Amino acid sequence: MSNSLSKYENTLERRDILKLLGLGTMAVATSSLINSDALATPDAATKHLAKLSGSSSYKSGKVKIKMPTIAENGATVPISVSVESPMTADNYVKAIHVAAEKNPQPQVASFHLTPLSGKANISTRMRLGKTQNVVAVAVMNDGSVHRVSSQVKVTIGGCGG
Amino acid sequence: MASKPRVKLPKSVKKGQVVQIKTLIPHKMETGRRKNKKTGKKIPQHIINKVEATFNGKPVITADFHAAISANPYFVFHARINESGTFKFVWTDDKGKSISTSRKVTAA
Repeated sequence: MSNSLSKYENTLERRDILKLLGLGTMAVATSSLINSDALATPDAATKHLAKLSGSSSYKSGKVKIKMPTIAENGATVPISVSVESPMTADNYVKAIHVAAEKNPQPQVASFHLTPLSGKANISTRMRLGKTQNVVAVAVMNDGSVHRVSSQVKVTIGGCGG
Repeated sequence: MASKPRVKLPKSVKKGQVVQIKTLIPHKMETGRRKNKKTGKKIPQHIINKVEATFNGKPVITADFHAAISANPYFVFHARINESGTFKFVWTDDKGKSISTSRKVTAA
């Protein structure tokens, strides 16, 4: 009898071990997912954009960033942000916010548009400390928020210090 | 604070036309992170933090700039022109000083 019991215990143990193993691999998989996510969107930039746009759920599409993929000089990197919108009184882009993920500060610029802007398309030049993602969000007049990011490789940083 | 701003836009347009407006103002956009090499002290931040464009008193676009905007801030945007009138551009720095310029546009 003791023999059969020990056998029973054995099978249980094996099951448990298998279960644990399964859980373990799942945990490893999710933690690596979370990690890569955190690297792709550093907190400061995400928080800053959420605060400005009043939303943390973003739709993709509609917004586009035009930037060089490799910037030799981080002191002046051209950036253009455009949003698909007819820019009429009923349907226009209220604001465009830009943030940098690995600059000393995440803030870059905010643009407040009106239907008189005619076209949601702005360009400027920005500083980039090192290779990183630049993130733009567009807030529409109906309250929806669209997000896009673009990676720029920087050869010489341009933030001083 | 800074010297003369530059603005480029057409003088005459068709009614309802959307035009591109290019602006640039000479300014060093001191980030506040650079150090004076002799004294080792940080050079305080001094940037242009606001650009406003209005047409006949109505707001067209406003930009808030931070230290991540390059020296001599260059800013290109668009405007729909429905009537003849005057564009006014105002640049304000973080010390509260401002510089403005205006341009007349005729719409036919």
